[in-house]
Amino acid sequence: MNIVVCIKQVPDTTEIKLDPVTGTMIREGVPSIMNPDDKSGLEMALELKDKYEANVTVITMGLPQADAILREAMAMGADRAILLTDRKLAGADTLATSNALAGALRTLDFDLLITGRQAIDGDTAQVGPQVAEHLGLPQVSYVENLEFDGAKFTLKKWLEDGYQIVEVESPCVITVLSSANEPRYMKVRGIMEAFKREVEVWGCDRIDVDESKLGLKGSPTRVFKSFTKGVKGSGELFEVSETEAVEIIVNKLKEKHII
Amino acid sequence: MEKNQYKDVFVYVEQREGQIQPVALELLGKARTLADSLNEQVVAILAGCCIKDKAQELIAYGADRVLVIDSPELKEYTTEPYAQAIHQVIEAKKPSIVLYGATTIGRDLAPRLSARVCTGLTADCTGLDIGEDGDLLMTRPAFGGNLMATIKCPEHRPQMSTVRPGVMQALERDDARKGEIETFEPAFDKSQFKVRVVKTVKSEKQSVDITKAKILVSGGRGVANKENFEKLGALADVLGGEVSASRAMVDAGVISHDRQVGQTGKTVRPDVYFALGISGAIQHLAGMEASEYIIAINKDKHAPIFGVADLGIVGDCMKIVPLLTEKLKK
Amino acid sequence: MDFRLTKEETLFLQMIREFAQKEVKPLAAEIDEQERFPEETVRKMGEIGLMGIPVPVEYGGAGGTNQIYTMAVEEISKVCATTGVVLSAHTSLCIAPIMEHGTDEQKQKYLPKLASGQWLGAFGLTEPNAGTDAAGQQTTAVLDGDNYILNGTKIFITNAQYADVYIVMAMTDKSMGTRGISAFIVEKGMPGFTIGKKEKKMGIRGSATCELIFENCIVPKENLLGKEGKGFAIAMKTLDGGRIGIASQALGIAQGAIDETVKYTKERKQFGRSIAQFQNTQFQMADLKTKVEAARLLVRRAAAKKDSGEPYSVDAAMAKLFCAETAMEVTTKAVQFHGGYGYTREYPIERMMRDAKITEIYEGTSEVQRMVIAGAMFK
Repeated sequence: MNIVVCIKQVPDTTEIKLDPVTGTMIREGVPSIMNPDDKSGLEMALELKDKYEANVTVITMGLPQADAILREAMAMGADRAILLTDRKLAGADTLATSNALAGALRTLDFDLLITGRQAIDGDTAQVGPQVAEHLGLPQVSYVENLEFDGAKFTLKKWLEDGYQIVEVESPCVITVLSSANEPRYMKVRGIMEAFKREVEVWGCDRIDVDESKLGLKGSPTRVFKSFTKGVKGSGELFEVSETEAVEIIVNKLKEKHII
Repeated sequence: MEKNQYKDVFVYVEQREGQIQPVALELLGKARTLADSLNEQVVAILAGCCIKDKAQELIAYGADRVLVIDSPELKEYTTEPYAQAIHQVIEAKKPSIVLYGATTIGRDLAPRLSARVCTGLTADCTGLDIGEDGDLLMTRPAFGGNLMATIKCPEHRPQMSTVRPGVMQALERDDARKGEIETFEPAFDKSQFKVRVVKTVKSEKQSVDITKAKILVSGGRGVANKENFEKLGALADVLGGEVSASRAMVDAGVISHDRQVGQTGKTVRPDVYFALGISGAIQHLAGMEASEYIIAINKDKHAPIFGVADLGIVGDCMKIVPLLTEKLKK
Repeated sequence: MDFRLTKEETLFLQMIREFAQKEVKPLAAEIDEQERFPEETVRKMGEIGLMGIPVPVEYGGAGGTNQIYTMAVEEISKVCATTGVVLSAHTSLCIAPIMEHGTDEQKQKYLPKLASGQWLGAFGLTEPNAGTDAAGQQTTAVLDGDNYILNGTKIFITNAQYADVYIVMAMTDKSMGTRGISAFIVEKGMPGFTIGKKEKKMGIRGSATCELIFENCIVPKENLLGKEGKGFAIAMKTLDGGRIGIASQALGIAQGAIDETVKYTKERKQFGRSIAQFQNTQFQMADLKTKVEAARLLVRRAAAKKDSGEPYSVDAAMAKLFCAETAMEVTTKAVQFHGGYGYTREYPIERMMRDAKITEIYEGTSEVQRMVIAGAMFK
């Protein structure tokens, strides 16, 4: 079985703080990580590899520094790593991103394509289904569990008020939730070997897609404007003893007619 | 692309087992405002199996027209049959705008369609307006909460966006409202139906809808464990509220995902929101800053949560909460 | 001279820090309180290759460096010094001598299982009457046909009872003094080998520390490690390596105490402001942090020399001496910064202070380290 996992390098948004004065984000010193949903997708692929000797390829589209998450993926157990990077891809929205990835994926042979449900820097959850559409493959999103019987996949799909069990044959695309599993740690041996192995660097010339569909040119959406909401500022801050704090809260709740 | 061939504001009406989902009514409310400023119509797309009788209700909530797609192929939601149906609606009717709920269904269907019709899609919008040039202005939190981005889709139609449940407000039901009901019969290519639903299981535990709570007592990393969380539960009980949490607590397994507030959880706007031991990562703020009154307790004076709080207390929430609960009991 | 981390080291730190936070830290207080050996953590460490970092890939190891191994011990000891010493004793005191002095058969037999964590290793040198003066060994080994017969008692053995493989020193020829000492690979379950009483300790309470008792213990001849009479040299060389491990443990404890204290002093308010804002706090902490960084450089240099095959005995002694004394100073002052809370088990800082003390004692006391350093200066 050949499995391809799409992964993305994202800033660790749990580490982002806001400037208390301007209300803007302080991005300095924020570490980059493998997107959590993607990492669970990779874990799902590696579990299939453990069971069925699957071959696992990871691919990311991004800046050259996204090399780091590909090395991490190899240290976890991925067999092959591809970095899709090209200036022509800059400014891509989700549709243009999905076109670029689909272009790369058309040149690969796989039975299962896994993406994370969504990336923590954008939270759009769009690229997985869009790639599936471009490739003409069935999709199942919000996957929490996967079983394979040699022919078809049986998937547990998360719903707001429960779950669904669905079946789909390969090849197909699934998008995975980080609650699906606990991704394995990198192995020490994998770390030692990760930098001795090759990360394939692909440009637009290497992929099968019309260039007009890529980058800013291929993006239907445009950022019209961006703005910070600024700091609310009207609040009161108290540094008082615990009993005084209780007193203040109770008075406010009375004032607001909550109690 | 001839943009002026595209008109009217369409809403994909999400139903589950024949039940119209609240988010669909909220979208109709917003669509009404957008259509009025464009001088166009609100069109509801009601797709499913044996759901015709729900069409009138959509008119009462603001639709001018309802397109009913009633087919056994649409009995249960899977991507492809619904994508084919809605795609054919878009091809035939050329809507200017299509809105979807940002649910597990909407977030599965809308991107598939955006790729099929080759148009833009803006996820999880918190604001929708019409610009001076008549284009849809889609505002969403970028990168968490505090930076907002307004997105346009200038050269492609339809303009599409998803909106999370609870963000927009439904109109008052008005059964006097008039509208047309039209049936639409798509041609299905069943050879593409490759996903089969084996079963759908409703979660057994009583799921709580924190978006409906008037008072939320929310805990974060500073609460640390289940035992402490029970103390928050006691406070919520005294106030007649519910407990909720930041992602850290859900990840730690202290509380279930349906009580998570924030970008990847729920958007809430209770009358009072207690942020206890929550530092205020921007993705959390995105889910609660619209609350009427925010009370934050945190040990770190510089915690971003104090930036949105109406009342901030620098201190240990685990010492203050039990005292507060005691006091309120009296 | 390059002070930057390699790419491998950077990636390794990312992994080990997450592992320490998620798998090791949550158990630290419990295993200390209950004096419980962290078997589940050892299994997890084995799964990802932490139990055989410097072992070559052909023997089932990770093919890592000593530098990376010291980082592992440091990062784990930051949150739990018990788990740190389990790893250190296993790697430095059991795996290393087999790697360095074992025959190919011995390496094939023992290293893969030790490196995978399936087997745990230990080391037996100290006896009731042979502590710092290790030359006074009273355990004997007598060749009898195809076997050596061992008699005697070892004490204060880390990992004992849980270990599967022990490197044990015994006298094969009393007339030769230290040159009559030989090293043996003893397996759990060999006839005549039993575990004696378990020590109740001040710190590193989760680590098992027991007596080893040999009563006509039968050890096959092929389990002699190195040549007869080379045991003392093997033991001393092993301890040189072990000192880098314990230096890393002490360094981890010191850094862990700094981290806890920075966090605490920022939160704790007295006289209307956080105690981190007082200059007394800032100046003292600055001094401690500087010492910890200096200690780290000594560890890195000793490990770098070991990796490049240079003599490192004195470097290891300096690293161990300085790290241990720094750990003791930092943790003592860290408890002071925590005030009354620091004296309670509500905070991890008192445990760190108890754990730090042993680093001045085992793998050669601080006095022994000074002897090694001075010996090289005045020879």
